[in-house]
Amino acid sequence: MLLEVKDLNTHYGPSHVLQGVHLEIGEGELVALLGRNGMGKSTTLKSIMGMVKPTSGSVKFEGQEIVGLPPYKVARAGIGYVPEERRIFPELSVLDNLMLGIKDGKIRNPNDPNTWTIERIFHHFPKLAERTHQAGGRLSGGEQQMLSIGRSLMGNPKLLLVDEPSEGLSPIMVQEVRNVLEEINKAGVSVLLVEHNLKVALSLAKRVYLMSKACIGCQASAQEVRSNHELRAKYLEA
Amino acid sequence: MDPMVSMYISQGIHGIAYGMILFLIASGLNIIFGMMGILNMAHTAFFMLAAYFCYVVVGITGNFWLGLVFAPLFTAVLGVVMERVFLRKAVGHMGELILTMGISFVIVAAIKKIWGTESLPLQMPEILSGMVNIVGVSYPVYRLFVIGLALVILVFMMLLLYRTRLGKIVRAAVSDRDMVNALGININMVFMFVFGVGTWMAGLAGVAIAPILTVFPGLADQVGMDAFIVVVTGGFGSLAGAFIVSIIFGLLSSYGVQFVSQFAPVLMVVFMAIVLAFRPNGLFGVKE
Ligand SMILES: Nc1ncnc2c1ncn2[C@@H]1O[C@H](COP(=O)(O)OP(=O)(O)OP(=O)(O)O)[C@@H](O)[C@H]1O
Ligand SMILES: [Mg+2]
Repeated sequence: MLLEVKDLNTHYGPSHVLQGVHLEIGEGELVALLGRNGMGKSTTLKSIMGMVKPTSGSVKFEGQEIVGLPPYKVARAGIGYVPEERRIFPELSVLDNLMLGIKDGKIRNPNDPNTWTIERIFHHFPKLAERTHQAGGRLSGGEQQMLSIGRSLMGNPKLLLVDEPSEGLSPIMVQEVRNVLEEINKAGVSVLLVEHNLKVALSLAKRVYLMSKACIGCQASAQEVRSNHELRAKYLEA
Repeated sequence: MDPMVSMYISQGIHGIAYGMILFLIASGLNIIFGMMGILNMAHTAFFMLAAYFCYVVVGITGNFWLGLVFAPLFTAVLGVVMERVFLRKAVGHMGELILTMGISFVIVAAIKKIWGTESLPLQMPEILSGMVNIVGVSYPVYRLFVIGLALVILVFMMLLLYRTRLGKIVRAAVSDRDMVNALGININMVFMFVFGVGTWMAGLAGVAIAPILTVFPGLADQVGMDAFIVVVTGGFGSLAGAFIVSIIFGLLSSYGVQFVSQFAPVLMVVFMAIVLAFRPNGLFGVKE
């Protein structure tokens, strides 16, 4: 297993927002984490990343315990984070945003075709290439989403945590983002995807975790979620 | 040249030199605040401490230039130690405020204990004393030197912030330090660096002002208060705001003394009040 989360608990002050989350992601897998608003999907990603400190539990990445490490160490271990709010640096240019994603400012093995470089990012995101020197804050929502994904790829992660990438985007942009995630996954990057757009999520993931209040309610295949009304009614529909 | 005109110009130079010193202090305060959200109440104590360090170095070596190089460095080291050892442990912004205030009291008390309360003169080097004549107007060399020094630092800071990876990290961290951290950048090392540079600049200002005002324990309050007013008026976190307001304040204080001497001390406060009435976050303020 690439990532093994066991019995993860996280509190925000007195509220217990993750109550024993279990999940696993294999090498090269794209797994979706679905559930209604406020169930703790974002908190799960943040807890894995070290953006919030879990109160107990285990997060193993490539067999190494990483729970409780600060985010920069988690990132260096090989996990990239694409947050819900995108969080690009508005004053920095598109190029500088991407450059900050490079760990230690130096790309290892730049000639390896599997290594993410600026050129490769621009190849995948031609819209960003057109805006190389524009300030990140001046991009459209979809472009910012692309930039946020591109920036995390510059760190050459083995696993990408992606939080609601299609939120607030036009249908065309949603499709583009979807396709980019598919390409990235095909290129060998594992993905844990939180996504409200069920169609997008099920078209990408083979395996799905369904979250109910603060826990993983069940695990299913994308096929099961598609065909099983009860499952969807229980975990997804309002 | 009309002697009146020549006096105005020379007064202007005094004002700009003082403004530059304010800028050196205020920009350190500002960048620390912008990135770490810490209002460092000990900043002006470090500024004053550097003047004393310079006094000691000059006393031992007789060389002002060594003081100019080493006093700000010693100060920066102390600043970094404070950040690493104490500030890391402070809880919340209130904790940081109280902690830095406490450290400032300790520094001031230690200064009084070690060097007493009287004014200690600091001789400027021969080459910087006296006047220089440029197209019929004579300028005090030392003030020109201070202006030049501050401009060099300003250019250096701009290059650092806009041309280097480290500078870009700092600018990114001003807007979102957790995201910087999540990209694999050790934000604590960046904080340490920013704190060091900020205190180093305050230290330079302390050395620069020492030959003008002498070295005395009230230095922090006298000049430091002006620097805080600069930051508030220019806008927290804004270097451009700090620069413009510093120059305005420098000129206000020097022309103020000349024309409306009894009101001079309140001019800056009045200016701040007017600015804040229209722009509560300061001229270039971005943060709430
Ligand atoms: N910083 C915080 N402080 C306190 N409570 C929080 C904080 N962030 C989230 N919560 C609460 O924790 C719970 C889980 O939030 P989380 O953002 O993880 O949900 P989510 O599944 O991502 O929801 P959404 O689909 O709306 O993004 C919610 O009840 C939320 O109100
Ligand atoms: Mg969420």
